[in-house]
Amino acid sequence: MTIKMNFKTFAAAGALLVGTMAFGAAQAAESLTVVSWGGAYTKSQVEAYHKPFTKKTGIEIKSENYNGGLAEIKAQVEAKNVTWDIVDLELSDVVRGCDEGLLEKIDLSKLPAGSDGKAAKDDFLPGTLHDCAVATIVWTTIYAYDSSKFKGAKPTTIADFFDIKKFPGKRGLRKNPKVTLEFALMADGVAPGDVYKTLATKAGQDRALKVLDTIKGSTVWWEAGAQPPQLLADGEVVMTTAYNGRIFNAAAAEGKPFEIVWDGQVWDLDLWGIPKGAKNKKAAMDFLVFSTTTEQLAAQASWISYGPARKSSIPKIGSYATKPDMKMGPHMPTAPANFKKALQNSPSFWADYQDELNQKFNAWLTK
Amino acid sequence: MTNAANAIAGLETADGTPLKAALARALRRKRMRAVLLVMPLFIFVFLTFLYPIGLMLFRSIDNPLVSEHMPRTVAALKDWTADDLPGEAAFAALTQDLEDARKSGAAGRLATNLNYQTGGLRSTITRTARQAGKLEAPFKEKLIEISPAWGNIETWATIKLLSDRFSMVQYAAALDRKYDIHQNVVPLPEDQQIYVTLFMRTLWMSIVVTVSCLLLGFPIAYMLASLPLKHSNLLMILVLLPFWTSLLVRTTSWIVLLQTQGVLNDLMVFFHIINDAGRVQLIFNATGTVIAMTQILLPFMVLPLYSVMKTISPTYMRAAQSLGAHRFLAYGRVYLPQTLPGIGAGCLLVFILAIGYYITPALVGGQDGQMISNMIAFHMQKSLNWGLAAALGGILLVGVIILYWVYNKIVGVERLKLG
Amino acid sequence: MSLSTISLPDHAGPSEIIWHYIYIVICTLVFMFLIAPLFVVIPLSFNAEPYFTFTKEMISLKPEAFSLRWYQDFLSKEIWQVSIRNSFVIAFGSTILATFLGTLAALGLSRPEMPYRAAFMGILISPMIVPLIITAAGIFFFYASLNDYVQMTGSYFGIIIAHTVLGTPFVVITVTATLFGFDQSLVRAGAMLGADPTTVFFKIIMPLILPGVISGALFAFVTSFDEVVVVLFVASVDQQTIPRQMWAGIREQISPTILAVATILICVSIMLLATVELLRRRSERLRGISPG
Repeated sequence: MTIKMNFKTFAAAGALLVGTMAFGAAQAAESLTVVSWGGAYTKSQVEAYHKPFTKKTGIEIKSENYNGGLAEIKAQVEAKNVTWDIVDLELSDVVRGCDEGLLEKIDLSKLPAGSDGKAAKDDFLPGTLHDCAVATIVWTTIYAYDSSKFKGAKPTTIADFFDIKKFPGKRGLRKNPKVTLEFALMADGVAPGDVYKTLATKAGQDRALKVLDTIKGSTVWWEAGAQPPQLLADGEVVMTTAYNGRIFNAAAAEGKPFEIVWDGQVWDLDLWGIPKGAKNKKAAMDFLVFSTTTEQLAAQASWISYGPARKSSIPKIGSYATKPDMKMGPHMPTAPANFKKALQNSPSFWADYQDELNQKFNAWLTK
Repeated sequence: MTNAANAIAGLETADGTPLKAALARALRRKRMRAVLLVMPLFIFVFLTFLYPIGLMLFRSIDNPLVSEHMPRTVAALKDWTADDLPGEAAFAALTQDLEDARKSGAAGRLATNLNYQTGGLRSTITRTARQAGKLEAPFKEKLIEISPAWGNIETWATIKLLSDRFSMVQYAAALDRKYDIHQNVVPLPEDQQIYVTLFMRTLWMSIVVTVSCLLLGFPIAYMLASLPLKHSNLLMILVLLPFWTSLLVRTTSWIVLLQTQGVLNDLMVFFHIINDAGRVQLIFNATGTVIAMTQILLPFMVLPLYSVMKTISPTYMRAAQSLGAHRFLAYGRVYLPQTLPGIGAGCLLVFILAIGYYITPALVGGQDGQMISNMIAFHMQKSLNWGLAAALGGILLVGVIILYWVYNKIVGVERLKLG
Repeated sequence: MSLSTISLPDHAGPSEIIWHYIYIVICTLVFMFLIAPLFVVIPLSFNAEPYFTFTKEMISLKPEAFSLRWYQDFLSKEIWQVSIRNSFVIAFGSTILATFLGTLAALGLSRPEMPYRAAFMGILISPMIVPLIITAAGIFFFYASLNDYVQMTGSYFGIIIAHTVLGTPFVVITVTATLFGFDQSLVRAGAMLGADPTTVFFKIIMPLILPGVISGALFAFVTSFDEVVVVLFVASVDQQTIPRQMWAGIREQISPTILAVATILICVSIMLLATVELLRRRSERLRGISPG
């Protein structure tokens, strides 16, 4: 009696299993897996790229999140099972991924001219087109503080972030040597132009870690871009490094009292890259072309404060999507007032020193 | 005894075969049947568990890239002693190897591989590979012009070091050591040492968790064993419920309870034990990891203790006490020694499970609560140094296997209790 | 409740009485330590505010401080729907396989004639002992090498196989436990009375081991249902499961939705535990082990 019942259950479960597997396979055919960084940033892409693209082509988009790096792409390429079709990458990962053959080559001639008629290669900002990727935005790592926690003087310089006496309270930092070490050196008085030269030497690396030592005891480490605004909002930290768009979003959309300090910002590009052997390569390329047109790039900038990679998009940047009276221009990392002391993240430096500095940084964390 | 054996030897079955042989055959058949029942699972476990782990361990010593893609350079460096820069022949071999590597698309992987060993080599390799096709002899000066790294003995020593397909390079790295230019194993500079500290911390945290589990588990196991069954069954559910609850759920609840803006800190502020500014950091550090792991592993301590205590007859205690021993003395001299098998079983099991813990330290460990598994995950998923991840895993695995073997010897794996 | 039923000897002196009460307090605290975290999550999942602590309104039990919004959020998000479906498909698949393989092996291992019993047992239990991160890494390398012939990473099949190997030790343990002390003469008696091996199996062995088989199956089920490391290593976006979704949520931003999911999972585990306990008692009764 009991045995029979069990067999029935088994059979039913088996049928369910086979059914779902078949269903899963059929579904994969007309969809595109787009991978990005999650939270407010992904939302801006969904609004400006995904939704119009689906409307135009009927191709459904599956959105997945990751925390940067090439690990998943490498795993998929080496396992010959590439399930990601197009990925939002940092420049240093594009350089390395292209070298190692993890990314498809992009036919840049397919990119349309800007809305002002200028050819794509002239319309895109210098350095934003790559053999294996096309940039969408200029973003930056800044630090932000909760203004309700500082009644008197407010932090204004990158050095203030590391000044625990003048501005007491916990700090949030990305658990990664990238950008963290640059901040430390600039806070210690190294000019932006000399940062990578200094960081290539042992003395420079020790100098950066020594600056970090001063706040090590009161640091909360974050990994995902969505965490810093959360840490500020929960009161776990009083100031934290963050991607500028995330802080903008928390302040503009959720009305949080967060202020950005632009001094010493380290800016970078985000680019679309297609993993080698992507299952829907053609659709991915269509999506890439569609999302990097003048209009779409300008549309994204009204959802989050990242600067578009095309010159022709810049005059088209309007107001914040949900607040028509809020101009986006002054919130861009490239706005002249914000860009006074800025450093471009060096992909070639990090390609070389990533492993060594990861080891040192992890060893320092463990101590 | 001998007589009986002889007697059996003389007997025969109905069809004339000696009884001894017939019995042996029957036994063999029975054995065969038992083995056949076990075989499907054994083959399954072998294919999907033992073989994959072997594959991982193989990666820890296997380093095929340089020997495969730089054959000429490897040959040219065969007798090189690292006292001076190699000759023009090695530079020529290198140029040709890198040109081929660029064509086959291996240059990037080669660069990554060498960069793990010596920082800064990635751009040297990729830059040289890009220009190698255009170069003409003599190569030495031109290569050094492309990248000064070719003028360092260390660069060439790195290539020579990795030119053996099978080597212990990764194990050296996993123990904070490296090979110098003369292939001697030397300790890494202190500011790059990390894994030995981490192994030690993993051991230390596992010991703390095990001892905490014993201290907390002993009294309740004793209570469960001394209560009448209908009462103890109810309490047993309290021990087993966490056992059945998702690890992620339990970890989440510890975050909710212990974070600085969490329930416990709120309670302490409410009762004026601390003030609002003095909230205590209880999670995202080693303390939080130990607390959460202790709760998660406690059932593995209580169950073996309970099953041993259940078998200890209370008459011994009564006898000791009626002979005049003080209650505490009776506990120490009579009761405690009888629980030793349970203590041993529980401690070993908790310790084995603790040293391999990954999820809880990853979620609540912060910076000083990370364990060796987290570093393995880091190299698997972030740095992509799979060889090093495999070597770290290999060392951890050896530790676990030794402990498991001891457990099997003194406790017996078939005595493992799950409720 | 039952704590006070621990008897004190009649002649207990004052120090022993004090010690006795201290002991009861200690035990109560340990039980609270075990169980409290679970019961903090449940009320907080009904919090109307997006906080992880009790608001003043909640403590004063105002009805407007409680809401089902996080449960609504959980049920309305497509990603959770997909995760639930995937988790069940994978857990069912691996449970069936693990139960079948594990039960067969346990039957073999419990026979007195089994050679190298301890060694086989040791190997078959080892997936439970070896750190998950090592197993997951090994399986990842193995699957990657197989992908040329059959799709293993990013497929339901691959995850089901991996979860099966993690679940079998539980089945082996629980089924061998029910066969512990099994009187082999029962089988011979059955055979002598003219029953063929199949009949012997279904009439004599099966009823005895069934409770163990079902407990083992439930253990295998929760093992798969709760597993995240292997999923992180070999699954793709199409095989999103509940634990993986929770893992991502905890690492990035804990939304109270996770507490709602946690509460539901706690209820599921209470039901599973109750089932296993009932089975265990039935098994002990059947085998004539007196519950005392």
